[in-house]
Amino acid sequence: MVDILMPALSPTMTEGKLAKWLKKPGDEIKSGDVIAEIETDKATMEIEAVDEGTMQEILVEEGTEGVAVNTIIGRMGGDEVQAPAPKAEAEAPKTEAVPAKAEEAAAEAPAKPAAKSEAPAAPAPAVEPEYGETKPTTVREALREAMSLEMRADKDVFLMGEEVAQYQGAYKISQGMLDEFGPRRVIDTPITEHGFTGMAVGAAMNGLKPIVEFMTFNFAMQAIDQIINSASKTLYMSGGQMGAQIVFRGPNGAAARVGAQHSQCYASWYAHCPGLKVVAPWSAADAKGLLRAAIRDPNPVIFLENEILYGHSSECPISDDFILPIGKAKVEREGTDVTIIAFSIMVDLALKAAETLESQGISAEVINLRTIRPLDIDTIVESVKKTSRVVSVEEGWPFAGIGSEIIATVVEHCFDWLDAPPVRVAGVDVPMPYAANLEKLALPQPGWVVDAVKKLF
Amino acid sequence: MAAAPDKSRKPPRSAKHPADTMDRDELLKAYTSMLLIRRFEEKAGQLYGMGLIAGFCHLYIGQEAVVVGMQHAIDTGDQVITSYRDHGHMLACGMDPKGVMAELTGRSGGYSKGKGGSMHMFSKEKGFFGGHGIVGAQVSLGTGLGFSNWYRETDRVSLTYFGEGASNQGQVYESFNLANLMKLPVVFIIENNRYAMGTSVERASASRDLSLNGVPWGMPSLSVDGMDVQAVKAAGDEAVAHCRSGKGPFLLEMKTYRYRGHSMSDPAKYRTREEVQKMRAEHDSLDAAKAKLLELGLDEAELKKIDDGLKARVQEAAEFAQSSPEPERGELYTDVLVGS
Repeated sequence: MVDILMPALSPTMTEGKLAKWLKKPGDEIKSGDVIAEIETDKATMEIEAVDEGTMQEILVEEGTEGVAVNTIIGRMGGDEVQAPAPKAEAEAPKTEAVPAKAEEAAAEAPAKPAAKSEAPAAPAPAVEPEYGETKPTTVREALREAMSLEMRADKDVFLMGEEVAQYQGAYKISQGMLDEFGPRRVIDTPITEHGFTGMAVGAAMNGLKPIVEFMTFNFAMQAIDQIINSASKTLYMSGGQMGAQIVFRGPNGAAARVGAQHSQCYASWYAHCPGLKVVAPWSAADAKGLLRAAIRDPNPVIFLENEILYGHSSECPISDDFILPIGKAKVEREGTDVTIIAFSIMVDLALKAAETLESQGISAEVINLRTIRPLDIDTIVESVKKTSRVVSVEEGWPFAGIGSEIIATVVEHCFDWLDAPPVRVAGVDVPMPYAANLEKLALPQPGWVVDAVKKLF
Repeated sequence: MAAAPDKSRKPPRSAKHPADTMDRDELLKAYTSMLLIRRFEEKAGQLYGMGLIAGFCHLYIGQEAVVVGMQHAIDTGDQVITSYRDHGHMLACGMDPKGVMAELTGRSGGYSKGKGGSMHMFSKEKGFFGGHGIVGAQVSLGTGLGFSNWYRETDRVSLTYFGEGASNQGQVYESFNLANLMKLPVVFIIENNRYAMGTSVERASASRDLSLNGVPWGMPSLSVDGMDVQAVKAAGDEAVAHCRSGKGPFLLEMKTYRYRGHSMSDPAKYRTREEVQKMRAEHDSLDAAKAKLLELGLDEAELKKIDDGLKARVQEAAEFAQSSPEPERGELYTDVLVGS
């Protein structure tokens, strides 16, 4: 017998829906036959048979959602001559191999056909009652909603990028938008970042309001000249006559197991440059409220998303008027003993660390920056004056990073209030390794934050 | 394995020296524009020598027929974008010589309030989108101007100028691909003045005929005598009509020549004085236009009067550029962001 396992179909997939069985017990299976269809949060994929034999039994019914990777979903009988059992064993990737959020993604591989596996309990954002009624929304949906709302309201707004239209988005952010807005406003580009970014900036100089999706910000390095030299400087160089109302968005930072060239945080690169705004949402509300603000902002805005967060769900205001101000940070958790300042996925880490610290008698305040440039100095300073201790947390490299800027700001504004030297938590100062264990060692963990905080007491 | 030749990809033609595409009035207008540029640039060179203009200053002397001929092929509402050798383009677009010169001297009366300089000036009103200092970057931006016309479904056209040196940049070909793929109304204009700073086109481009550089995308093109304003205008008419009709972009290679160095600080040791003199003596666009005008019945005195008028206008610009105050200290911080 050969076990058929729920496969991992993307670097960040931890579970999926078993959409359809194409073989039923008794069917002959040849190598290459499609056995089943699996839906991930990004796409519907077909599982092809590797081994030959006969379908024996189905262990997870079609239509079941939330089937964890590596769950045994069926069994097939192979040739008696083959010794399939060890083979199945060998083929089964260890759970460690798919460590999208390996930390909390269930310590053990699910051994039994789990129906609905518990989604990783991500920390919830603090309630903002001023924005009214909310509903659980994924970051992905929030981004899509923000773009769609703005595109409905303003015909000068359009989306362009690789695979945004017919493919429905490499990460499904723009799913359905081609249908609603048509090919003139949801535009597939060839893989030509330098060229299409320049083209979008030129369109913005003539009054259009492009949203440029980079499949990831790693690829935007090809286009960084157009972002910095053309988009961010034209307003100044023209004495205010002509600028670029444009949003550059896409996933930034490490995803999971994609290696050095695809795992890098660009926050400090862009935040360094006058003429740009830099935004990094964490929750669904951040994503929706800030992306709408970014699209409406008359300046070029770098909008740094995070691939791992796309599928995370949190309460998001439903009002069509909901929008968040750029340049304003949010206190996600109040505390009195230490201020932990983070952005994007590092807010998860900061909140988890705060929970641990609470159990150890330390009350941590957690600030979600939301915007990196302009930095909300007031919120930071107010908090540090209260707590007298500060730790910055970022996924990117420490040298000349956002943490360095935060700490310089704190030292300049409230040195006398500090009871201990500020500490930076950052990604390790190396290119991202591929190996699961090394990657884990390279990225900040909640424990690092806890340790950093404890040094201050 | 030889693929069958793709007949849809016609090789570009060389523009025939069209007899007369401009009537007397139009030619006189063109001549006047060209002469304004030359007088302006001569004055800018002078002011640079006096230390009133600093930094980089790239003069357009010799190439006047290109931008003036092209300007005669477009209408109000079309867009123009170019590199850092941009003074001629601005004047041809109808921007005020005073504002341009005052920008060169870094004064508050300049088009960018003194914050842009020679390479960075813009005029939304005149359809001039810069003035760009990064070689080749304006080609993608100009493609974006064409994109905006396509998006808005107008029949406006983007004139996107770049040098033969920029024609080796990768983003130029990314832009060719995008513009042809999306059928964007962009006239790509290579101003081939033979030298990218000190490197001759032969030493920089494996392509021996730059007008063929759009062939892989099936982009129609013409190789044009860029020292003949009427030939430029004729080619411009064809290219612009092609773009306006929704057929996509068009490539023009303008064979031209700059008489001065790459910038004011270029001793120009990479070519002989004789080569420059020969071009000036035998191919000067202003001389040719002047000869034609005389043939058409204008007399020397009339032309002299025009020249005197232009010299006075340029002198006035130079005076304004020196009397206009430097920008206020507070200007340092404005225009970084809208609302700042």
